[in-house]
Amino acid sequence: MSQSASVHSAVEPAETPLTPESWGKLGMWIFLAGDAVGFGTLLAGYGAMRATSADWPRPFDVLGINLTALMTFLLICSSVTMVKALEWLGKGDRAKCTMFLLFTALGGAIFVSLQAYEWTHLINQGLHINGNPWGASLFGTSFFIITGFHGLHVTGGVIYLLSIVKYVANRPEAAASYNAVEIVGLYWHFVDLVWIMVFTFMYLL
Amino acid sequence: MATAEHKHPNYMAIFWYLAILTVTEIAVIYMPLAKFTIGVLLCALALGKAALVAMYFMHLRFEARTLGMVAVTPLAIATLLVFLLLPDGFAVAKKSEVKKAAATVPAKP
Repeated sequence: MSQSASVHSAVEPAETPLTPESWGKLGMWIFLAGDAVGFGTLLAGYGAMRATSADWPRPFDVLGINLTALMTFLLICSSVTMVKALEWLGKGDRAKCTMFLLFTALGGAIFVSLQAYEWTHLINQGLHINGNPWGASLFGTSFFIITGFHGLHVTGGVIYLLSIVKYVANRPEAAASYNAVEIVGLYWHFVDLVWIMVFTFMYLL
Repeated sequence: MATAEHKHPNYMAIFWYLAILTVTEIAVIYMPLAKFTIGVLLCALALGKAALVAMYFMHLRFEARTLGMVAVTPLAIATLLVFLLLPDGFAVAKKSEVKKAAATVPAKP
């Protein structure tokens, strides 16, 4: 072993025990765990405020669920296109991978657009961050903060996905971008997973 | 190589499970059940969907067990936090109730 190689391995071991494929994947998992604590804290705070409030509106009556059910379905579909992108890249087909990555980004963009439409509609109806006609003012506060925080994650995800499309395009070997696509997939599925929770706790319950 | 040996589960099957669970969730809120029962059912269905996404789409099922523990820790923390916050919330709610009751009692002449 050359001297430089031994120094290098002392700084960064060749493989992580948790995710042998790459350190990047472990990094994303740790980031997601931290992000999950963020979302978990918001939802736990929401639950505690709601459980102890005397005049919390029934979300189902105020928010409506038809549009958000569609948004949920859309995000689930975009998770499927994401795994398909990875599957095709695994088979060495970069063109199909790129196509499915773009479908995924499109799904995310439509999701954010529908959310903007929903927000506009609700604001026009009187739901504001500091008050609403139906009851506890914290209802609006928590609604906008939690769905907004999630919407920002989707927006960031769309930008991230588009940057990975470029990453794949710049690498002629499919195997060279497999790791990057798998990592963006982890992020995207996490955003989907969080929406499953938000949809249940903020719209259905 | 990582690419060749990576397992890909049947993603379409997972998609259909998720779609069916979502429809079930919406059906549950229209069911003539007690509010508490509906709440428990919805939580269980949401956790089921989240588990499907994490296990199969995020491949957690095929990863090291310790990575699964890293993923589950935030859920435990959030659940614990609800119980940490509730006593304070109930105390404030009770206080405001007492205040309201005191305000409705007519003042003695």
